[in-house]
Amino acid sequence: MFIALGLTCAALIPPGGWAQQRFITVASTTSTEQSGLFKHILPMFQKKTGIEVRVVALGTGQALDMGRRGDADVVFVHDQAAEEKFVADGHGVKRLPVMYNDFVLIGPRNDPAKVKDGRDITGAFRKIRTAQAPFVSRSDKSGTHAAELRLWRLAGTDMPASKGPWYRETGSGMGPALNTASSLNAYILADRGTWLSFKNRGELAILVEGDNRLFNQYGVILVNPAKHKHVKKDSGQSFIDWIVSPEGQNAIAGYRINNERLFFPNAGRRSG
Amino acid sequence: MEELRQACLQALALIGRLDSQLFEIVVLSLQVSLTAVTVAAVIGLPIGAALAVECFRGRQAVIVLFNALMGLPPVVVGLLVYLLLSRAGPLGPLGILFTPTAMIIAQAILIIPIIGALSRQTMEDAWREYEEQLRSLGAKRLTAASTLLWDTRFSLVTVVLAGFGRAVAEVGAVIIVGGNIDGVTRVMTTAIALETSKGDLPLALGLGIILVSLVIALNAAASLIREAALRRYG
Repeated sequence: MFIALGLTCAALIPPGGWAQQRFITVASTTSTEQSGLFKHILPMFQKKTGIEVRVVALGTGQALDMGRRGDADVVFVHDQAAEEKFVADGHGVKRLPVMYNDFVLIGPRNDPAKVKDGRDITGAFRKIRTAQAPFVSRSDKSGTHAAELRLWRLAGTDMPASKGPWYRETGSGMGPALNTASSLNAYILADRGTWLSFKNRGELAILVEGDNRLFNQYGVILVNPAKHKHVKKDSGQSFIDWIVSPEGQNAIAGYRINNERLFFPNAGRRSG
Repeated sequence: MEELRQACLQALALIGRLDSQLFEIVVLSLQVSLTAVTVAAVIGLPIGAALAVECFRGRQAVIVLFNALMGLPPVVVGLLVYLLLSRAGPLGPLGILFTPTAMIIAQAILIIPIIGALSRQTMEDAWREYEEQLRSLGAKRLTAASTLLWDTRFSLVTVVLAGFGRAVAEVGAVIIVGGNIDGVTRVMTTAIALETSKGDLPLALGLGIILVSLVIALNAAASLIREAALRRYG
């Protein structure tokens, strides 16, 4: 019976596995996917060009690795230093800035480390360390993880070398890390987009925001077709051209949750 | 327990709405896992039968290996299949990474040892009973194996169901080789993992309730068919 059932199912699967006429694979980050941005903008692109965009959402480190192996046509991530290295090593064609948002320091409302006053992010990090208040780190080589380590360095602490038991390395995506922070009532650095769309907040709230050093730039890169012949360079390039065009930029600007903008388009305006 | 109540409401609401996206995800889950279990049964049952009747050197070692592989961690299988199918891997030119086909391959690898090991045990027990009889009839090993497969078919349904349960419930392998792409490779378990990431625990649990209900319904159907068949053919 099972064999018959299974065969029927197998027969229903078209050869090539649901292949549509034209599609590209984009390796991107959990923050862009889980914030709902792609669901908002990709249908507009598909309607205009007929190209389906398949998004695989990973941490920035993993997404770049996917590009390096040739498993994606385009990478769309947020770790400028790593992106520039990716292009310099010949894995990508060119890096273009697309949009930005910012990181925010999330923590329990009762704020045991007293970081709430002001916008000084490194000061807040120092206070958390002094108070040894629980802090959840992504520790997954994502863009947010890279930003967190950079901020610790600016605050005079070399993480994770000088971590203590209060510094919890979860090795998970933004959402799972927020779930952990929520149940531990811990501090955590998050991107604003994921925070806004995150539902299981518990006692957590934004405690520090607005520091210039919390700037979070997203860039887009076409995987080098010279290195990987199967890269769909025309379709991939049309996606990149569209997302940095006024039309794509407006689509990004138009995405809001509770009337709050999640990403701010800045293609061509800032090298950053 | 407020969350559990909300999860039940979510599940009911999703079913009540006949949510088309949910329907797609459910259909894909069943397609992938039923195909995987079919492939695994076609490969695993003959292996089980062969191990039950054949005597060869190292047979015990193979049996131990199969039994151990029942505990294969899905995430390891996922990584292995990912590296094989990746463009930089040996099967890269096929271009089937991040497709349902890749998910079927991963799940099949995961459950071949389960079907092989459990069916071997079932058939070996039967073989002990019939061995004299079959031998006296001068049956060759091949005939013996196929006779055993046929005679234990009702028990083997349970074996195949165990394999299906493992396939449809795992998330570690399919999320790596499928990529959890919306509308292409998103299945029940990866959707649940995604909603958990978003902190929407009631929706995640609601999807979980639907998944468990589906598996129960499928097992009930299999059990009914088995009963009917038993009554008819004894």
